[in-house]
Amino acid sequence: MSDKKKELKPNTYKFDTLSLHAGYQPHKNAGSRQVPIYQTTSYLFDDVDHAAALFNLERGGHIYSRISNPTVGVLEERVASLEGGTAALATSSGMSAIFLTVMTLCEAGDHLVVSSQLYGGTVNLFRLTLPKFGIKCTFVKPRDTEGFKKAIQKNTKGIFGELVGNPGNEIMNMPEIAKIAHDAGIPLMVDATYQTPYLCKPFEHGADIVIHSLTKWMAGHGSSMAGILVEGGKFDWMQNDKFPTMTKPYEGYHGLSFAEEFGPTAFTMKARAEGMRDFGPCLSPQNAWNVLQGIETLSVRMKKHCSNAEEMVKYLSNHESVAWVSHPSAPNHPDAELANKLLPNGKGSMIAFGIKGGKDAGVAFINNVKLASHLANVGDTRTLVIHPASGTHSQMDEATLKFAGLSHDMIRLSVGIEDIDDIKNDFEIGFRAARKPRLVSNQ
Amino acid sequence: MKFKVNGHEAFASTGGRPFDKKKPLIIFVHGSGLTHMTWVLQTRYFAFHGYNSLAVDLPGHGLSGGKSLKSIEEMADWVSDVIDAVGHKEASLVGHSQGCLVTVECTSRYPNKIKTLSLMGGAGAIPMNPELLSLAENNDPKAVDLMMDWAHGPAGHFGGHPVPGLYHINTGTMLAKSRTIENTLGVDFRACDNYKNGFEAAKKIKCPTLSILATDDKMCPVKEGKKLANLIDGSQVDIIDNCGHMMLLEEADRVLTVLKKFITTNYPPLSS
Repeated sequence: MSDKKKELKPNTYKFDTLSLHAGYQPHKNAGSRQVPIYQTTSYLFDDVDHAAALFNLERGGHIYSRISNPTVGVLEERVASLEGGTAALATSSGMSAIFLTVMTLCEAGDHLVVSSQLYGGTVNLFRLTLPKFGIKCTFVKPRDTEGFKKAIQKNTKGIFGELVGNPGNEIMNMPEIAKIAHDAGIPLMVDATYQTPYLCKPFEHGADIVIHSLTKWMAGHGSSMAGILVEGGKFDWMQNDKFPTMTKPYEGYHGLSFAEEFGPTAFTMKARAEGMRDFGPCLSPQNAWNVLQGIETLSVRMKKHCSNAEEMVKYLSNHESVAWVSHPSAPNHPDAELANKLLPNGKGSMIAFGIKGGKDAGVAFINNVKLASHLANVGDTRTLVIHPASGTHSQMDEATLKFAGLSHDMIRLSVGIEDIDDIKNDFEIGFRAARKPRLVSNQ
Repeated sequence: MKFKVNGHEAFASTGGRPFDKKKPLIIFVHGSGLTHMTWVLQTRYFAFHGYNSLAVDLPGHGLSGGKSLKSIEEMADWVSDVIDAVGHKEASLVGHSQGCLVTVECTSRYPNKIKTLSLMGGAGAIPMNPELLSLAENNDPKAVDLMMDWAHGPAGHFGGHPVPGLYHINTGTMLAKSRTIENTLGVDFRACDNYKNGFEAAKKIKCPTLSILATDDKMCPVKEGKKLANLIDGSQVDIIDNCGHMMLLEEADRVLTVLKKFITTNYPPLSS
């Protein structure tokens, strides 16, 4: 028998267990093993004192489902636990999570530095909508790490980007950009929808706020819209005078200073207390429950998404109808080394490829695949395809398309978890049609 | 608010209300390596109900200046100095974990100043696991991870924070890692390990005392808490089921309800 002393190890729950259990205690919910759907707008107060205590943030609890809801709360805690964050706030969509993040951070007259390779809707928010609120943005190409530094101004309040850009798969050097942000005393906000916390935990690489469209891989089933912002808890809001709405007494809550009072959860507390109160992009309890069902199998699904994606990269790279393939797992991807560092559990299931024959071939391909679904979503368990220049990014002019790294021959592929042979067979049908676009279009 | 204690800048949360010298004073003292933020679900209630609520950051912790104090006795004197520094003659004390050692020692040293004593997850002594102590003194973040594991009960490990969206264990981890571990947790753990006067100090306490204990507390088990409580004349004990050492967060409402009744009865607020 060994007399070697047993090393002390923390026994906190690990990823797969947290995916199933975090944020929920059955014994406090009538023993219900499944998370109940609290389909209610509002919650009884015990008495006037209890009501006042809830409104004054003297105690935890629920008032009105625009601000918080017990089912949504389980989802928030679960995602916070998976990300390694201190707190989270779920919203009605990924876009509302981004908007709420920006509005919690910024005021009119502020400025943001933003990666240029983003989902088309996000580009429009930063380029066209936020300036209407007096918030201006400078776009920088995701690989231009030094460009992020140069773009910072006196009134810059943060850096925002997608870890792997949509749709071109360019990877931001998150650790270096986080250092640039922190040297300037501002936070780094990362949209990690493509990765989920199974593939990457941005807080471990310097991010301060992580945003997800939960509609995508986190839910997986493509049935429900949802978004979330997660706080890392490390950023010191009191280090400078850039964030007075976080550090100074807030009139809307009896002179509360969020940073002083809530420290590592201050940003989420402010986003909820102010943002959900005033803008109200709340998530329905039914949709929160639907997303929770997806998260229960997150790691199992992500493994299959990634293995199928790697197979598709090999298949497409050797295909006579394909001009180019972009995916972080491809050996010739310019960011392959960075991808290995940031995405050790898999490189995700978003592939961009160029089809020979340009736009017409792309249209023929999209119109003829049968298994792959042509729609404006990603991260479904089913394989999805779209031609960004005529779909998700169609509201961009030619110059903006070019700056965002899009071309007319690009097909965006979100690889599902079907049998890989069935996906390849379906693509063969699409490629055959693409080689004879005129013939097919006349059928 | 910021104020000076013995020439060093100190910070205490006032629970979101301005400090008012006319109101009775309650001082909340945090546990090893932590900060005033652990008390957010208790302090704000008292601040809005006729008290000056001061959740202090011990020297070298959170937003307070100076270096961490090396003994429980020095911390006890510092708490007494806080009462003087804010212009009060007396106070009610509330402590958690190491904060219990501090407040027990302070109450025994300054019996005329302390009007009530509330202990959460307290014991007469908190000897440290030598490996945990060594990790903390060597600035190893594993010390924080181990503390967070042991400090939360089985239910607390799943989450279920009373404030929607907050996740217990990661929040506690960030608080404990907010400053250099060896200078906060390492110094605190050593101070706890060295402190031997808890049981003797308890025998001297005459003010109303409350002990809140939890059935799943691995760091200060119920039997240790009861041993301390039994030495204090007339001490009340409240035991919470399905809860670990971080009861002030894991069962924040229950703790507040018990604390509210005890303090308002024995140390009434300034009526409005």
